[in-house]
Amino acid sequence: MAQFRAHSVLPGFNLALGFTLLYLSLIVLIPLSSLFFKTAELGFGGFWDVVTSERVVASLRVTFLTSLAAALVNTFFGLVVAWVLVRYSFPGKRIVDALVDLPFALPTAVAGITLATLYAPNGWLGQYFATYDIKIAYTPLGIVVALTFIGLPFVVRTVQPVLADVEAEVEEAAASLGAGRWDVFRRVIFPAIYPALLTGFALAFARAIGEYGSVIFIAGNMPYISEIAPLLIVAKLEQYDYAGATAIAVAMLLISFALLLGINALQWWTSRRGAR
Amino acid sequence: MSTQTNRKISTQESLAVTLLLVGIALAYLLLFLGLPLLAVFVEAFKKGWALYWAALQEPDAWSAIKLTFIAAAIAVPANLVFGVAAAWAIAKFEFKGKSLLITLIDLPFAVSPVVSGLVYVLLFGAQGWFGPWLQAHDIKLIFAVPGIVLATIFVTFPFIARELIPLMQAQGKEEEEAAVSLGASGWQTFWRVTLPNIKWGLLYGVILCNARAMGEFGAVSVVSGHVRGMTNTMPLHVEILYNEYNAVAAFAVASLLALLAVVTLVVKSLVEWQARGQGVRLQN
Repeated sequence: MAQFRAHSVLPGFNLALGFTLLYLSLIVLIPLSSLFFKTAELGFGGFWDVVTSERVVASLRVTFLTSLAAALVNTFFGLVVAWVLVRYSFPGKRIVDALVDLPFALPTAVAGITLATLYAPNGWLGQYFATYDIKIAYTPLGIVVALTFIGLPFVVRTVQPVLADVEAEVEEAAASLGAGRWDVFRRVIFPAIYPALLTGFALAFARAIGEYGSVIFIAGNMPYISEIAPLLIVAKLEQYDYAGATAIAVAMLLISFALLLGINALQWWTSRRGAR
Repeated sequence: MSTQTNRKISTQESLAVTLLLVGIALAYLLLFLGLPLLAVFVEAFKKGWALYWAALQEPDAWSAIKLTFIAAAIAVPANLVFGVAAAWAIAKFEFKGKSLLITLIDLPFAVSPVVSGLVYVLLFGAQGWFGPWLQAHDIKLIFAVPGIVLATIFVTFPFIARELIPLMQAQGKEEEEAAVSLGASGWQTFWRVTLPNIKWGLLYGVILCNARAMGEFGAVSVVSGHVRGMTNTMPLHVEILYNEYNAVAAFAVASLLALLAVVTLVVKSLVEWQARGQGVRLQN
């Protein structure tokens, strides 16, 4: 024990850590490990058959493409929102700032039925798109709308504090050396907030991939077209195909993990290039 | 001074650019946040107060409201005790494997809600690891209230811990060490020294945890079995009503959840404001 932890006069270490590990194991680790045991039961061949079946591949493609689109939309508009909240003042700014967290606080099912109603062909917004023959609800476009809502706070909240910390002196120095406003943004501010922007993108992307509640109401859930992978997991469970459901879950986890690893590598690579 | 003014140094955007950016940001937030929030209430009251009240007074709605509160009333305190214990161990002591532990605590956030429900079905479902044993002893966890509580605990697991760990790490352990060396017991130290220091962070974590616990849909949906009046939480009841084309009733129940979200945002802002006044930095 003496080597495992440094000496301290404070009491309660054994009790606190013991309880933490017990609770973590019972609630999170043991349940999650069941995913891998169940997949192992299936064997690699069985796993591969499930995840390469046409419907599963299509649902994974829909999930990842719509999540990517939503995360990109949020990266651009999230940056603009963060910029406006940090740099400008306008009446009602504090309310707007608090409202940004609405997607964290509003239950996903509520978001789902509301967005589906708004963007339905006869809805408040859907009717205007309908006149141009654009359908949003019950198409992949609807999925992107729901995922954009769900991921909206991530980029804003990761970029906001970093942008607030950019020193005014650096900008003044660049400007006094003759840089225009756009050059200052591109060469001074953007490199400073770029890592936070990428982190926000990754968080929004990861959240979107797993999202279920807000999507199923607006997606229409057409197999091969607007059926997301989490929905397919639920469908397999309802048919008591536990192994099939688990295989899709594991495939989703593996792809997300690879993507996040890639994003981390990109971040590491750009920060190294910046340091040189 | 006057010799400098002939060259204009701009660290501000022109008025046109400023207005354009503010316009884009506000339009985006109005479209994606303001309009949906407004629509929940408009749809709920579309057919008048009478139908709104009727939808909320229905027995199935009541039982859904009760179950939602029961699940949150168990999940939030459970994760509160865990969060405090984990933060005490991690922030006040040095030991090996600490950063791995912090990563593992965040795991439930990395998993799809549907998968969070799935893992409990794999453990306790009829064909799960403990399924036969549970059936032999006539215990029902999945498609019953205990499963809903477990899934809720899982998805809200990290909220309070991840709020307290950085906060207590930043505060250090000198104050507690002083209290202990002056003869205070461990519990006295915690109640009189630590707790007053972390109360805003604690409250913040509880608010976020509670909002998610009451609003969780995916994980709860997988383990619930959707028995009306028995294993339906408010979000699940919203789904059933909506799928039955009973939009007014669906939005009436949804409006309660939206109200909860608004209250959450208001209290959250107040706590942030209080904490900032005392120099405490909260994690979003």
